[in-house]
Amino acid sequence: MSDKIDALLRQVQRPARYVGGEYNQVVKDRADVDVRFAFCFPDTYEIGMSNLGMKILYGLMNEMPGVWCERAFAPWDDMAARLREENIPLWALESGDPLEEFDIIGFSLGYEMAYTTVLDMLDLGGVPVRSSDRPGLKNLVVAGGQCICNIEPMADFFDLCFLGEGEEVDIELIELYRTAKREGWTKPEFLRKAAQIEGVYVPSLYDVAYNADGTVASITPRDGAPAKVRKRIIQDFDACYYPTKPVVPSTEIVHDRVSLEVFRSCIRGCRFCQAGQICRPIRNRTPETLIRMAKETLENTGYQELNLSSLSTSDYRPLSELCDGLLDYCEPRGISLSLPSLRADNFSMDIMQRVQRVRKSGLTFAPEAGTQRMRDAINKNVTEEDLLESCRVAFSGGWNGVKLYFMLGLPTETDEDVVGIAELAKKVLWCWKQNAANKSRGVRITVSTSDFIPKPHTPFQWEAKISRDEYLRRVHLLSDALKSARAITYNWHDSDTSVIEAVLARGDRRMGAVIEEVWRQGGRLESWTEFFSMQRWYDALEKCGLDPAFYAFRERPVTELLPWEHMDMGITRRHHEIERERAYASQLTPDCRAQCTGCGAASLLKEGVCRG
Amino acid sequence: MDKLRLKFSKTGRAVYISHLDLMRTMQRVFSRAGVQLKYSEGFNPHAKISIILPLTVGTRSLCEYMDFALAGEEDLTALPARLNPFMPEGIEALEAYEAPCKGAELRWLRVTGRMTGGRDAAFYNAFFAKPEILVTRRSKKGERVDNIAEMISRAVFMDGEDGVSADLIIHAQEPTLNPDVMMTALGKDVPEYFRFTRVEAFKEDMTPFR
Repeated sequence: MSDKIDALLRQVQRPARYVGGEYNQVVKDRADVDVRFAFCFPDTYEIGMSNLGMKILYGLMNEMPGVWCERAFAPWDDMAARLREENIPLWALESGDPLEEFDIIGFSLGYEMAYTTVLDMLDLGGVPVRSSDRPGLKNLVVAGGQCICNIEPMADFFDLCFLGEGEEVDIELIELYRTAKREGWTKPEFLRKAAQIEGVYVPSLYDVAYNADGTVASITPRDGAPAKVRKRIIQDFDACYYPTKPVVPSTEIVHDRVSLEVFRSCIRGCRFCQAGQICRPIRNRTPETLIRMAKETLENTGYQELNLSSLSTSDYRPLSELCDGLLDYCEPRGISLSLPSLRADNFSMDIMQRVQRVRKSGLTFAPEAGTQRMRDAINKNVTEEDLLESCRVAFSGGWNGVKLYFMLGLPTETDEDVVGIAELAKKVLWCWKQNAANKSRGVRITVSTSDFIPKPHTPFQWEAKISRDEYLRRVHLLSDALKSARAITYNWHDSDTSVIEAVLARGDRRMGAVIEEVWRQGGRLESWTEFFSMQRWYDALEKCGLDPAFYAFRERPVTELLPWEHMDMGITRRHHEIERERAYASQLTPDCRAQCTGCGAASLLKEGVCRG
Repeated sequence: MDKLRLKFSKTGRAVYISHLDLMRTMQRVFSRAGVQLKYSEGFNPHAKISIILPLTVGTRSLCEYMDFALAGEEDLTALPARLNPFMPEGIEALEAYEAPCKGAELRWLRVTGRMTGGRDAAFYNAFFAKPEILVTRRSKKGERVDNIAEMISRAVFMDGEDGVSADLIIHAQEPTLNPDVMMTALGKDVPEYFRFTRVEAFKEDMTPFR
């Protein structure tokens, strides 16, 4: 490492996150490599290294002979400023080479507020941000992750995107790239062929026309690109690659533990939840596979903590068997097991007690809404009795803290529903008074509310988001209703970010100019409140002649062509329409195990049948 | 097995790993190598390890010492070779043995260094030979001025092709003189760039610390 870089690293906070060299990192000989891939995460090292998707694809790509996948993260503001001052390009951790030297630069996009950071990383790495300014095959910029289900706001910047799960499609794309490079194809030639791979979306091959009122008039594919891009899924999840030799950070990260992916998707059909809708159909791993994966990964990393991850872990049918098997291995070695995402309706005290033997910290439940009517409208399918019964078991078992998560601004929400949150929280407090094993320790009940954001590919994709003022009015209504209960703490999520997130989530291609303008005005790392500026977004929207209300606060008629309708996530539009009607009628829809509702996702499976 | 000591080096990319992160990393190295550290008893068990004299981020070292205890019996001579395949880049276990003395007995360090963008060796030699060398240190209790002259046992500088090299013997523990802090005494003559390496450790009487 040069003196210049060393001096720089010694001036910034936590330099270990910029140098690589961690255990299990993959270093290849450049002479043996013909495709170099920079896997970029548009957030800090501490966040990116916690991401399971990144670990999977890093491991998988590096198993390909001749392909070297490296990692790059967004530098914190001190480091970003110094890199710009010194004119040093952002480098990938393994080789220390700048991003501009890579064949393919890939981004993982899990949330909209990371968009400006994508542009910042490209620019820091010496890569032009706009696809049209990168005429050659080199520096192909690609993206994957949940946001791809409506990536229109970033269409100007990405050459191609992966829709759905990346394990297979990424490899197919790299193989095609290798051929293109060897045979000297042009970039347009390569992109035309790439668009023929199922799950690959090439934004530049679609022409979007707009109506006078600003809505989308048409989305027209060109050069043989499919009218609808179909999401890719892994058919046999039990046999699917899992990284048992992940990079072990030498500096602390957010989720510093082994994360075991128990199943994909969710049997529940919560109407607000984008992940639950777009990841369908459900696919499980067997306990035997999971136990083997856990042992291997724990041995290969030296981690002392194992986490079971999924959208709703307590819905895993053999959970008890899995926990027993894992505990047999973990307990004698002092490895702790943690279970997030518990549902209040099937929470098992028996499992919780076996798993969290040492510390009885807080339990978290997400009833999402305060009244039964509202919970039925969003299809949460949790009753007050379920929640109170789970709390009763927990309190009598020695727990003395519960966190309750809710959303404000859900479609059909009334003031009665808002006040209902306070009433429910007070019932939880009363439940503690009745059942606490040790009252002298006191109780901590935390109520948190976030601001509901309607997302594409959900039954609420047509809904208007409530305004910032209306959100704050409901926050105060709830806050007043909670005043009498001092044992209950109330936190609410800031609404400014939510408005912009709502604009971007359902944005169209015209939003690209706004994102670029915000970035040019200094926007980056905007999922961090200290770097977010509402005014900067409003100024950019105005400069580009776009109205945030059109995107965030407008209810779309069902007849409108939505900007993301050429993305096929497996679920039919009709299903979302039906679910929306059922929401208005506060009607529950059974979960996938109880009864198939024919959402369409089963058609993604070769056999055409879900086996939840 | 109690009261064991591991001598290791920390160079290359590992120099940016902070002290706390290094403790965590070492625990994982033992765990990966299948060597069980002894854990403390109690509500929140933690591995019994401690690193003598935390190293400043960015400084290299050929002589770091970690005290530890093992749950079972192990061949100490073979331990470094067992641990090394499981280390992150830049950390190398050199020697493991039963600690012959307390870690607190480490009192002097030989530190070598290289500096560029400052004065020549003659200037530094004269400067650090003075009987009074004052540095201002900021701590939680406010600013204080220390005379570091008596914490410097040797300070020899030589001009070379890639800057001025330094060969120092400076005090460690009660009080500790950080070579980076020593440079701040130069005031307006602080070199633009300097970097140090811990090379050897001694006891109060200048016999080798091990």
